[in-house]
Amino acid sequence: MSTDRRKTPLWDVHKQLGARLIDFGGWDMPVQYTAGTIKEHKAVREAVGLFDVSHMGEAYLRGPRVREAVEQLTTNNVAAAPAGKAVYTLLCRPSGGIVDDCIFYKRSDDEFFVIVNASNTTKDLEWFREQTRGLCDVVDVSDETSLVAVQGPKAIAMVDKLAGGTLGALTSFTFADATVAGVRCVAARTGYTGEDGFELACANADAPKLWTALLEAATPLGGLPVGLGARDTLRLEAKLPLYGNDLDDDHTPIEAGLGWAVKLDNRDFIGASVLRAQKANGVTRQLVGFKIDESVRAFARHGYPVVDRNVTPPVIGTVTSGGPGICVGGAIGLAYVPVARAAAGTPLTIDCRGKDVPATVVSGKFYKRS
Amino acid sequence: MTGFPSDLRYTNDHEWLKAQGTSWRVGITQFAVDQLGDITLVDLPKEGDLVTKGQRFGTIESVKSVSDLYAPVSGRVTAVNAALKDAPESVNSDPYGAGWMIEIEADESSEVDELLSAADYTTHVSAQ
Repeated sequence: MSTDRRKTPLWDVHKQLGARLIDFGGWDMPVQYTAGTIKEHKAVREAVGLFDVSHMGEAYLRGPRVREAVEQLTTNNVAAAPAGKAVYTLLCRPSGGIVDDCIFYKRSDDEFFVIVNASNTTKDLEWFREQTRGLCDVVDVSDETSLVAVQGPKAIAMVDKLAGGTLGALTSFTFADATVAGVRCVAARTGYTGEDGFELACANADAPKLWTALLEAATPLGGLPVGLGARDTLRLEAKLPLYGNDLDDDHTPIEAGLGWAVKLDNRDFIGASVLRAQKANGVTRQLVGFKIDESVRAFARHGYPVVDRNVTPPVIGTVTSGGPGICVGGAIGLAYVPVARAAAGTPLTIDCRGKDVPATVVSGKFYKRS
Repeated sequence: MTGFPSDLRYTNDHEWLKAQGTSWRVGITQFAVDQLGDITLVDLPKEGDLVTKGQRFGTIESVKSVSDLYAPVSGRVTAVNAALKDAPESVNSDPYGAGWMIEIEADESSEVDELLSAADYTTHVSAQ
């Protein structure tokens, strides 16, 4: 087996749990445990799931002028947020293309914490340093920080109990320093599954202790450890975009339907002028959700063309994500299509490996928690 | 790894074959199933279709990926496991039984000599 892949501090634990490990951006990560993706997905929807996402990148941005730096980097109102707030934002290029999507955590006017996509860590930190040119210190703590996500309807009460009742009052998209099962961590009420939950950042050395305590608490509740396979099916049902699939340098947040995370009033961040024009004048293509018609058994995957056989050339768009809707049923996905075809109910045709498959545009999230 | 049934023959593409009268019953091995994860769709040819050794005869989709199924021998499809349409998960739970896919009446018996024994297939898999 390959040994040159990077391992998180929980790698041994995954092995003991019988995880199947795959190469994910150079990391040896669990794609599923013994229960399998479908059961893991359902455990998160019905009870609670634990995810090792320690491969993600973490950094601190610090200094007396850090707010100016963060203001330039982020499309959302991060710099002006109150301390204790977690803010989802895009990082854009001057073209409006997306460098990454990430969450900033405002600790104080002088200090921000940020969690970025694993595969973009190096690129993002270089981008921070390059663009902020000494306005702040950028301290990479990825190699010493572990991250465990606890997601599902039973997650809040479970983690709150392990934290001695200190975390139950934390509201959505806020965070606090906490002690969970005796482990010091930063607890944020955030996630990537469409469920309520926490993401807990701790020191590498403490990660196995934290994970073991969480798993012991989760098991009697019907909880499971969850691999990257279900992480992907969960985020797709919740219509949460994935960088590298649905977001990239060639598409803007407005095209991706993330205009809600682009705040333009009295602001001038990197990419703002392009995004301002797109918000005012509209865009030519848009990321939409679709459902494959139930008469057909097929899944659309990343890269499959959206076609119209009555026009030349027939390719009018591209599928960026797709797969089974494990809790919503059927085959679902996301695709960039011309705006004229983006309204809910519009029929689409997707070329699934040489077979034209009918699909319909669906608005909103495929799955919404009750 | 659990052993591969010794009464079956195998291909490098992780399919198994079992002599079934004058035909070969075909499915995928436990190793393939473990690699794929939860199977959500199996697309198979129709009875009477001709398949060519090494060519795609169907597709199998798991939660995460889509894979081609390659014909292990050339011949005519004499039976198709229609139950997989509504219960593709049978391939996960019982790959050598309820998870079988098609039966092929082979053109040339000589092709069959190239199929692997359980021991050879075990060697092939452990090299992966």
